[in-house]
Amino acid sequence: MRYSAFSVFTNALGGNRGWERVWRKAEPKPQYDVVIVGGGHGLAAAYYLAKVHGITNVAVVEKGYLGSGNIGRNTTIVRSNYMLPPNTLFYEHALKLWEGLSQDLNFNCMVSQRGVLNVIHSDVQRNAYTRRGNAMRLAGVDAELLNTEQVRHLIPFADFSNARFPIRGGLLQRRAGTVRHDAVAWGYARAADQRGVDIIEQCEVTGIRIENGAVRGVETSRGFIGARKVGLAVAGNSSRVASFAGLRLPIETHVLQAFVSEGLKPVLDHVVTFGAGHFYVSQSDKGGLVFGGDLDGYNSYAQRGNLPTAEDVMEGALALFPNFARLRMLRNWGGLIDMTMDGSPIIDKTDIRGLYLNGGWCYGGFKATPASGECFAHLIARDEPPDLIRGFKLDRFKAGAMLDEKGMGAQPNLH
Amino acid sequence: MRIKCPYCGERDAQEFAYLGAADPKRPDPEAEGAADAFYQYVYLRENPAGVLAELWYHTAGCHSWLRVERDTRTHVIHSVAYASPHEAGD
Repeated sequence: MRYSAFSVFTNALGGNRGWERVWRKAEPKPQYDVVIVGGGHGLAAAYYLAKVHGITNVAVVEKGYLGSGNIGRNTTIVRSNYMLPPNTLFYEHALKLWEGLSQDLNFNCMVSQRGVLNVIHSDVQRNAYTRRGNAMRLAGVDAELLNTEQVRHLIPFADFSNARFPIRGGLLQRRAGTVRHDAVAWGYARAADQRGVDIIEQCEVTGIRIENGAVRGVETSRGFIGARKVGLAVAGNSSRVASFAGLRLPIETHVLQAFVSEGLKPVLDHVVTFGAGHFYVSQSDKGGLVFGGDLDGYNSYAQRGNLPTAEDVMEGALALFPNFARLRMLRNWGGLIDMTMDGSPIIDKTDIRGLYLNGGWCYGGFKATPASGECFAHLIARDEPPDLIRGFKLDRFKAGAMLDEKGMGAQPNLH
Repeated sequence: MRIKCPYCGERDAQEFAYLGAADPKRPDPEAEGAADAFYQYVYLRENPAGVLAELWYHTAGCHSWLRVERDTRTHVIHSVAYASPHEAGD
């Protein structure tokens, strides 16, 4: 069924009993051309495999229910305000795909280009953000440097009289914003399903079968599934799943928390980041303020963090927006993230024929989803990376071609 | 999380700085294949979902390097001891 104003109208007349399931509940077949592990970026990869490359004998296996992993555990922000060219060009391509995604998928992903504002608190930070803004503009990305008065116009209730963290301006990317994360999962699932892709939920991969250096399929909690090619898109668990194939990766798994407040009337029109700490905030369509901050800082597979990080995020919030002090927080959660040794992702072939890796997304996984899926599909279909991801190779650590935005070195919890 | 420092006693984990896995051993730079050994030492990690031996530094306490065995799935700490000299970077 195609969604349209007409279909909404006619279904309303029929008491909304005519809506179909958004995707089939597929049972695993014994053999596929491609099996993709992970129902996040994997859904996007499956969609582009079918749409662009005509490969439809594809299964996406997901260990939980769809949307239970990182695709439903992020702060929904999309942006392309990076500085190193491979990252900037890749995330800008993702942003362009976001701009047309709802039409492409025929599913309302609630793409909201409300702008991302990085608040500047010192003269040296202004220099750093000027440099970043110029790097973005050189790469064809929109960026505007704002002075204090222009920032005051956007967020008048911020603390402009804070002596410790004065507001000296901001860097604004107007095309950036937020996208409803669950809708992205559902939209890709539906569009892939309509093209014949099997989406198999509650199916955990427990092993990868390899014969003579080539992949043969995956062992799962629902039995063996054969495949000529297997793509791993399980950021957060990449090390664990790749270890089934004997791989060791330049990745540590860390926990990143997010927080949602009680619902408010519209107060915050943009995504705003605090420059003197690590805190970012946006307001969801339900009215809750969505807060994010730093990693907890130690390896964790727990999908929950500890309170010191929560306190740090709230302190950042109040330094910028003292009027949030009376808010009550409704809930918080943690997502597992692949932190790589240089803070940038990995999309590449492996030494095992037919086994492909997509992971290491650090903080950047959700905003990358469409471009990650498109590039991963290209890599799997043609066995060759598209130009856009030539910087994301697995061997860049050995070759010394790191993509380290912050220049932190091989210390994942500092990226 | 609280870490029981062998010198200072049980303290909030916020007093400690985290380095990461304790087991990677600095290779001999003179040995055959040192470049590859250093690549593995600097970049590759086991990253287990389970018990991980890791290094914490008691920044706000006794300035000891500690070897902590902690379950990454539950954050439960099984053991804490002084790090050996090679783990502490000597």
